[in-house]
Amino acid sequence: METTDVAQKYDFDVVRWFSVATVVYFVVGTLVGVYVAAELAWPVLNLDSPYLSFGRLRPLHTNAVIFAFGGCVLMATGFYSVQRTCGVRLWSNKMAWFTFWGWNLIIVLAVITLPLGLTQGKEYAELEWPIDILIAIVWLSFAINFIMTVAIRKSSHIYVSNWFFIGMMVMITYLHVVNSLAIPVEMFRSYSIFSSVQDAMIQWWWGHNAVGFYLTAGFLGIMYYFVPKQADRPIFSYRLSVLHFWCLMFGYVWLGSHHLQYTALPDWAGSLGAAISLAMIVPSWGGAVNGMMTLSGAWDKLRTDYVLRFLIMSLAFYAMSTFEGPVMSLKVVNALSHYTDWTIGHVHSGALGWVGMVGAGAIYHLLTRLWKTEIYSTKLVNMHFWMATIGIVIYIVAMWISGIMQGLMWRDYDEFGTLTYTFAESVSAMHPYYVMRTVGGFIYFLGTVVMLYNVVMTIRQASSEPRLSTAPAQA
Amino acid sequence: MADKIYSTKFQDKMERNVWALLLTLMLVLTVGGIVEIVPLFYLDDTMEHNARPEILWQPKEGQTLADWKPGDGIRPYTGLELWGRHMYIREGCYLCHSQMIRPFRDEKERYGHYSLASESIYNHPFQWGSKRTGPDLARVGGKYSDEWHIKHLMAPRSVVPESVMPNYPWFADTPLDVGRVTAHLKGMQTLGVPYTDADIAQTAAEVEGKTEMDAMVAYLQVLGTMAKLDYGVIYRE
Repeated sequence: METTDVAQKYDFDVVRWFSVATVVYFVVGTLVGVYVAAELAWPVLNLDSPYLSFGRLRPLHTNAVIFAFGGCVLMATGFYSVQRTCGVRLWSNKMAWFTFWGWNLIIVLAVITLPLGLTQGKEYAELEWPIDILIAIVWLSFAINFIMTVAIRKSSHIYVSNWFFIGMMVMITYLHVVNSLAIPVEMFRSYSIFSSVQDAMIQWWWGHNAVGFYLTAGFLGIMYYFVPKQADRPIFSYRLSVLHFWCLMFGYVWLGSHHLQYTALPDWAGSLGAAISLAMIVPSWGGAVNGMMTLSGAWDKLRTDYVLRFLIMSLAFYAMSTFEGPVMSLKVVNALSHYTDWTIGHVHSGALGWVGMVGAGAIYHLLTRLWKTEIYSTKLVNMHFWMATIGIVIYIVAMWISGIMQGLMWRDYDEFGTLTYTFAESVSAMHPYYVMRTVGGFIYFLGTVVMLYNVVMTIRQASSEPRLSTAPAQA
Repeated sequence: MADKIYSTKFQDKMERNVWALLLTLMLVLTVGGIVEIVPLFYLDDTMEHNARPEILWQPKEGQTLADWKPGDGIRPYTGLELWGRHMYIREGCYLCHSQMIRPFRDEKERYGHYSLASESIYNHPFQWGSKRTGPDLARVGGKYSDEWHIKHLMAPRSVVPESVMPNYPWFADTPLDVGRVTAHLKGMQTLGVPYTDADIAQTAAEVEGKTEMDAMVAYLQVLGTMAKLDYGVIYRE
């Protein structure tokens, strides 16, 4: 039972700040995404400015959505759920505030340095060495605080969401430290200590597991707390959660090499990665099934509970993209899909569909608990849900068509045995789909604006209401 | 009922003791990376030059980078080329251009011989890329004239109407700084790229009075021209 002194029992202030930051970065990250998408449709938008050119803004987009939005939602939900599932306050509230300000400082530094072209040149690990050191320190402050809170818990067993969070924390520390090893040549310029095939393998070990642990294990941690809470039912299967947790932890690490099929990476490594990728359908779907089946017997809730819609739709996208991923890692499919927009579409069905929607659902859930009020407008939640869903579908359909078309055009031969299309012809054929992608992304972005408005209005409404905690106790 | 075991003894231990869970995870999470990454550092057939040393340029006593001729083998980038490469990374070119030709018939006809691992040996970090919004550049060197490249970098659509590449007019107005180029070369030397001190000493003369446009063109023009690869030879299984 929720009691009025819950707020005094736990450290919620830092969670509130992380939640608001999440929504702001959701808007900003998707806005930059829409802009770079538009640059590919209409290159004049690069405006001949170094700071707005595609190659510099695209890392800003990926960093904003992964580290600013994704990081803040993980920290908000992590700090919230660890207190609730362990029945104790944070091990150190001060350290949590250090994490908050440190993480936001990193985001500000990213916003300054990336448009200036200060980059290590490794995808999703662009930030330069001084910022990398800061990331390591702040990330460890998050991890230590979380793990120590679990250590001082009142419950006898550690709840499943916390296993996933801890797995993420360990793996991201490994990945970040190894992949960022570099020799500085200037204050904001360094070169990776690795080269060639070894650098490629380490980069994609990082690249795939940033997805696998940060955006999957971490967000499964969110799912395991917020889906049962919002549905008000216990998780479907404890056994399934144990099995798929360990399979996911062991297996995901191997997948990076499937990004390097048919390259100069030795074939044994790529094939090994593809084989394990295929096997990973099982634990991935284990998680998706476990989340969705939690609703079994209570599906009618989806009709009235819009927040639950976000959570369940996110699992549908999770199931879809974790099926698509292994398919794309098969050598015969990868030969076509690699280097094309299909990859971009795949990433976005995971990022917009799974990460974005489960994150939004969790934040809507948190709103009512943290500010102890009703959501300002559930109609707007529903509107956001539909804008997000429609936006994603337009986006990924555009990328499926353009990706497969690119792959087929590049390898097409005419009846004389010569290549049918020049590369430039394939570029101009993409134009309608790049426009379509921009439209889909724009609709999704508008959805985040609706969310921000709803969040602001909810908080304003909460502060104008008489303080619930001074009212007669409901407990 | 706090002592009841709901699963296995192992799982129960994990759920009761966060340190046991943490340690187990720290071990489990290393396995995949160790198996896939560590052998790449010691298996000889990972890098093709172990079987065919002629892929790499072997300078004779007293030779510097200035003595190298196209086709002599893979060598470190000159100061001018290295700055072009730095710009390639700075502008995020790798986000739209790959430098990794796969062993398929269409890629061979479009771009040339498939890429070797040894060709990237001095590339910190690697520039294989993951996306071809524009074409692969692994062997773009020598395919177009310097004038074409300058025109194309200033305004891509003036030579390729379908292009969606940004214009890079600021390259032409930015002079090179000898001190910075030297710092980058010395960084590469620290990383084990075989620059001699004589190579680095030549940089001032090579870079003096040049612009970033010259550096970018020099880099693009050397791509894929270093080693002469033979279609009759199997470099990689």
